[in-house]
Amino acid sequence: MRPFQYIRAPSLSETSKLTAGEDALAIAGGTNLLDLMKLQVETPALLADINRLGFSEIEDTDDGGLRLGALATNTETAVHPRVRADYPVLARAILAGATQQLRNKATNGGNLCQRTRCFYFTNIDQPCNKREPGSGCGAIDGIAKLHAVLGTSDQCIATYPGDMAVALSALGAVVQISGDKGERSVPVRDFHLLPGDTPWIENVLEAGEIITGIILPAPVGGTQIYRKVRERSSYAFALVSVAAIIELTDGKFSRADLAFGGLAHKPWHDPRVEEVLLGQHPSDALIDKAADILLEDARGYGENDFKIPLTRRTLRAVLTQATEDAA
Amino acid sequence: MTVHFKQDKPDNSNRLDGMKQGVLGKPLPRIEGLAKVTGTAPYAAEYPVENCAEGVLVTATITRGKVTSIDRTSVLSMPGVIAVVDDEKLCTRAAQGTANEAPMQGPAQICYWGQPIALVIAETFEQARDAAKHLTVEYLEVDGAPLDPGAVDPEEQDDETVHQGDLANAMAEAAHSVDVTYTTKGHASAAMEPHSAIAQWDGNKLTVHASLQMLNYNIAELADALDMEEDNIRLISRFVGGGFGSKLGISEEVVAAALAATQIGRPVRVVQSRQQVFQTVMRRSETTQRLRLAADSNGKLTGFGHEALVSNLPGESFAEPVLQSSHFLYGGENRELMLKVARIHRMTAGSVRAPGEAVGMPALEGAMDVLAEKAGIDPVELRLRNIPEKNPEEDLPFSSHKLAECLKQGAEAFGWECGLRKPRQRREGEWWIGTGMASAARVHNIAEAKARVTLKSDGTALVETDMTDIGTGTYTILAQIAGEMLGLDPEQVLVELGDTRHPRGPGSGGSWGAASTGSAVYIACKAIREELAAKTGASEEELELREGKTATGETLTSLLDGKDLAREGHYEPGEIEDDYTASGFGAFFAEVRVNHYTGETRVDRMLGAFGFGRVLNAKTARSQCIGGITWSIGVALTEALEFDPRDGHLVNCDLAEYHVPVHRDVPDVEVVLVEERDGAASPIQAKGIGELGMCGGAAAIANAIYNACGARIYDYPMTPDRVLAAMPD
Ligand SMILES: Cc1cc2nc3c(=O)[nH]c(=O)nc-3n(C[C@H](O)[C@H](O)[C@H](O)COP(=O)(O)OP(=O)(O)OC[C@H]3O[C@@H](n4cnc5c(N)ncnc54)[C@H](O)[C@@H]3O)c2cc1C
Ligand code: SF4
Repeated sequence: MRPFQYIRAPSLSETSKLTAGEDALAIAGGTNLLDLMKLQVETPALLADINRLGFSEIEDTDDGGLRLGALATNTETAVHPRVRADYPVLARAILAGATQQLRNKATNGGNLCQRTRCFYFTNIDQPCNKREPGSGCGAIDGIAKLHAVLGTSDQCIATYPGDMAVALSALGAVVQISGDKGERSVPVRDFHLLPGDTPWIENVLEAGEIITGIILPAPVGGTQIYRKVRERSSYAFALVSVAAIIELTDGKFSRADLAFGGLAHKPWHDPRVEEVLLGQHPSDALIDKAADILLEDARGYGENDFKIPLTRRTLRAVLTQATEDAA
Repeated sequence: MTVHFKQDKPDNSNRLDGMKQGVLGKPLPRIEGLAKVTGTAPYAAEYPVENCAEGVLVTATITRGKVTSIDRTSVLSMPGVIAVVDDEKLCTRAAQGTANEAPMQGPAQICYWGQPIALVIAETFEQARDAAKHLTVEYLEVDGAPLDPGAVDPEEQDDETVHQGDLANAMAEAAHSVDVTYTTKGHASAAMEPHSAIAQWDGNKLTVHASLQMLNYNIAELADALDMEEDNIRLISRFVGGGFGSKLGISEEVVAAALAATQIGRPVRVVQSRQQVFQTVMRRSETTQRLRLAADSNGKLTGFGHEALVSNLPGESFAEPVLQSSHFLYGGENRELMLKVARIHRMTAGSVRAPGEAVGMPALEGAMDVLAEKAGIDPVELRLRNIPEKNPEEDLPFSSHKLAECLKQGAEAFGWECGLRKPRQRREGEWWIGTGMASAARVHNIAEAKARVTLKSDGTALVETDMTDIGTGTYTILAQIAGEMLGLDPEQVLVELGDTRHPRGPGSGGSWGAASTGSAVYIACKAIREELAAKTGASEEELELREGKTATGETLTSLLDGKDLAREGHYEPGEIEDDYTASGFGAFFAEVRVNHYTGETRVDRMLGAFGFGRVLNAKTARSQCIGGITWSIGVALTEALEFDPRDGHLVNCDLAEYHVPVHRDVPDVEVVLVEERDGAASPIQAKGIGELGMCGGAAAIANAIYNACGARIYDYPMTPDRVLAAMPD
C-alpha cells in the first residue's frame, strides 16, 4: 500500500477541493477502495473521508418519491420500510449483493462507483487498459468468464459488477452530484459509461464531484423482480441479472421496465425491449423477440459465450414469473 | 521411559470398550473452542515478539527464465525499508507432504508465474508490502514454457500401472459397458489462516512460530534448507487455522523469515497475502480421467479401467494419486489402470484435502451411475453387487469393510427410493428435483508416532506430543483417550501440542493423525496402567479406573504417593500394513434442485454414512464429515482454479473469486456414523476420518443433477453454463 494522507472531509465544498486533484479519492465504506489499495490497483496520495458529511438520510421527496442519501448504507436502504414496500426490486437487488457484513458497511454512493472485478484489473502485474492505459487488455484471450457481451470495445470487455444499480436503472432513478461547479442530476441510466477507447473513465463524475444522493421516482407498483444468476447462492457476483418491473393490463404488458446486470460496463437498459413488449400479450414468441432485440449486438469472447443464451433464458424466466404473478 | 509397540497383527481386543470412564466417543465440545472463538488462541503470526521486523515476499512476473538483477537501491531508500533478501537458500516452492528435505531453492531460477524470488524487510507490514511492489527486477525470459497439460507428452507413473486380463475384450463382450471421460479443475485448500512465520534467533538457536501440519517433517525440511542441525531449531505450531494439506510441508515464508532474521539480526515475521497463498503454496492438479466399465447382464463388473492425466512442475515427485481407491473399491477381473503426469509450468501441485480420491471418486462414481442406468439396476444395488471379497489386484483381505452397511444404512436414513430411475420426474416451478448417490472410499494411512503421558501426583494428566490440531479436534480426542484409559474426566487432562520439544509423530495429514498419535497416547497410558496395576496387586486387564479411583475406591493420588508417573508411548505400524488393505468406506446421498432456466444447482439435502473404525468423539467426527460434504459440494458445483492460457498464472486467487460453498449452499447435512472396530487399522481400532467425507460426494450431486434435469455432465464443477449446455430442451 502506497503511503497516503488521510483527511476527514469537513464540508462538501472542502471535499470538492480535496478530491479535485489527480491523486485524490473519496472514501466511504471502503469495502471496495481499501481492497484495491492493498493490491496497489488504486494508489491515491490523498483520501478524503466523506463519512461525516451527513448524506445518510433516506427521506420522502415532494412528489412522493424517495431520496437515498449517498452515505446511507446498503443495509439501511434495503431494510427501509418504504424501499421494501414501494421499491421491492431495489431491496431485492441490494440483498442479492455481497454479504450482510459488507452491506452493513457499503454505502449507496460507493456501490454505484465500485470498480470491475476483472482479474486482470486487480493484478498489477498483468496488462489492463483500464488500470494502465495502453498496456493492453489481459482479459481478451484470457480468462473472461465474467466479462461483458454487450457494449464492449477492443480496449476493454469488463463489466460493471454491481446489483443495486441494475435495479436503479429499471426504476429510472436519478443520481445527485455535487462539485465545485455546483449540483447536477444525471439519470442512473446515463451515469455509467461504456469503455470505448477510455475504459478508465467509468462514469460521468468529474474530478472533485461526489454523489450526494439518489432520487427514486414516485412508486410505480407492478410486479418487481430481481433475478440474479450465480454459481453459489451468496457472496458471488452475477453471471447475469435482470431487474424487472412488470404490469399487465387486460392481459397485455402495460409496463415492462427492464435492466440487466453482468452483461456490460454499465447496467444495461435497452428501450427497444420495452417497446416490443408494451401492449402485447405475453407469449414465448414475444419474449423471444424481445431477447432477439436485446442480444442483437451481443458478442461473446469464448469463455463468456454462455451469457448470451443464459440472458435469453433468464429473461424468459423473469417474464414468465412476472406474468404468472400478475395474473 | 519409552514403551515401544510395533503392530504386526490385528488387535481385536477392543480394550478401550472395556474401560470404565465412559468418555471416549462422547460428543464433547472442543477443548480449545472457546479460546479460538474469543480470539485468545494465538496463531503463528500473532505471537507478541519484541522488535520484530516485517517481511513481504516478492514474486516473479514471468513464467520461466531467471532473475538477472535485483536493484536493491530501488527500495532501500523507501520509508522503513531495512533490507532485501535474495539468498540462494530462499525456497521457491512449498515442500510436499512428508518430504523431509528442503523444497526447491534458488530464487533466481523461475519456473512459474508468481514464484517467490526475494523478500523485502521493513519496519511495518505496509512499508514492506509497498516496497515489495516497487522492487526493480530484471529477468531473462525463456519463451514457450508448456502450460497446457493436454499439449505435452506425459510421464507414466509406473507404480500405479495395472494391466490385468484383457479389458478391451471384456468391454467388447460386456452386456453393458461405459466408456466416458471426466475432467476436474484444480482446487485450492483455501484455509482461513494464511501461511505465516515468525523467526527469532537466540545465539545459534532458532525458534520459528509457523502454521504447519507436520512438525517432525517440517523441522527436517527447515534444517535442510538452512543447512543447520535440527537440534538447534524449535518449531511451534499450537493452533493452525486450517491446513487441508497446504501446510503439510514448509512453504516459502518459513525459510524466508529465518534467513531474514539471520541477515538483519532481528526477529522477522512473514505473512503471505491471500493472493500469494493461492499462487505460491499448492494447487490440486486438474485431472482428465477415462473410465471404462464392463459388466455382465447382472451388472457385475468384468472389466474396470481408470486412466488419469494430472500435472505438476518439473522436479516435483507428487502426482495427484487419482486411482488410489480405484485399485480396490470394485471388482472386475480385467483391469487397466494408469496415471500420467504432464510437466507444465503452473504453480506447484500437491496435497489438497483427500489427494486422489477427492477427484478420482467423483469420476468413478459418476461412471457407475451411467452404468446403473444402462444396466437398468438401482445404483445402490449396483454397488452392492460389486463389492469384492478381497483386494482385486493384490491377493489381500480387507481389514474391515463397511461399504455394504453404509450403503444400506445410508439409503434407509435418506429415504432412497430403490428401483428403476428416470430423469426429469419431478418439477416444482422452475426447478427440477432429483436424487443421486455415490460410494465413498479413502485409503487408511497410519504412521509411527510418539507421545508422552504424565499422570501427575495431583491426579491430573498431561499429554505431550508435537502433533498439531488443524481445527479437527485433536486436543479433545487425545484428552478423551487418556481420560478413558486413566479414569479421568477429560477436563483433568492437559494436552500440549505443536512443539518440536515434545515427542514426535507424523502430525496431521492424510487423515492419519488421530489413529497414529492416538495409538501412541494409548500405549503410554497402558504402560501407566501397568504400573498402577502393579501397585494394587491386580493385572492391567483387571484394573478398573473411574473418576480418579480404582474399583475398590483407592484414589490415583494415593497410588501415586506424591510422585508423577510418566511414560512415552511409541507406536509403529508393522507388517500388518502389508497383510491387509485398510480403507474407510461410506455412501453419499443427495437431493438437488436444478433451475430449468438458469442451470443453477442448489443442494437441498445431503446425507453421508461412513465407517471409519472407532469413533473417538462423535461431535468432532461428525464435524469432519460435514466439512467433507461441504467440500464435496464445492467440487461438484463451484470450485475451480482458473489459469491464464498465456502465462499460466492463477487468475482467481482470492476468496471472492475462488468459490468455496458459502453457508447458504450447505443445506441440511445428515451424518450416519456406522459402528466399526478395525483391529488391523490401529491398536485403538480407529481409521482416518478427515478426508473420507469428500471422497465421492461430488458424484452424488452430479448424479442427482442428471436425475433431476437430464443433464449428464462429465466436467466438474457443474456450473450453470455447463448445466445449461447439457440440459435437454
Ligand atoms: C467480496 C465482495 C463481494 C461483493 N459482492 C457484491 C455483489 O454481489 N453485488 C454488488 O453489487 N456489490 C458487491 N460487492 C461490492 C460492494 O457492494 C461495494 O464494495 C460497496 O458497495 C462499495 O461501497 P463503499 O461505500 O464501501 O465504497 P468505497 O470502497 O468507499 O468506495 C468505492 C469507490 O467509490 C468512490 N466513492 C465512494 N463514495 C462516493 C461518493 N459518494 N461519490 C463519489 N464517489 C464515491 C470511492 O472513491 C471509490 O472509488 C462486493 C464486495 C466485496 C468486497
Ligand atoms: S477487460 Fe478491461 S478491466 Fe479487464 S483487463 Fe481488459 S481493460 Fe482491463
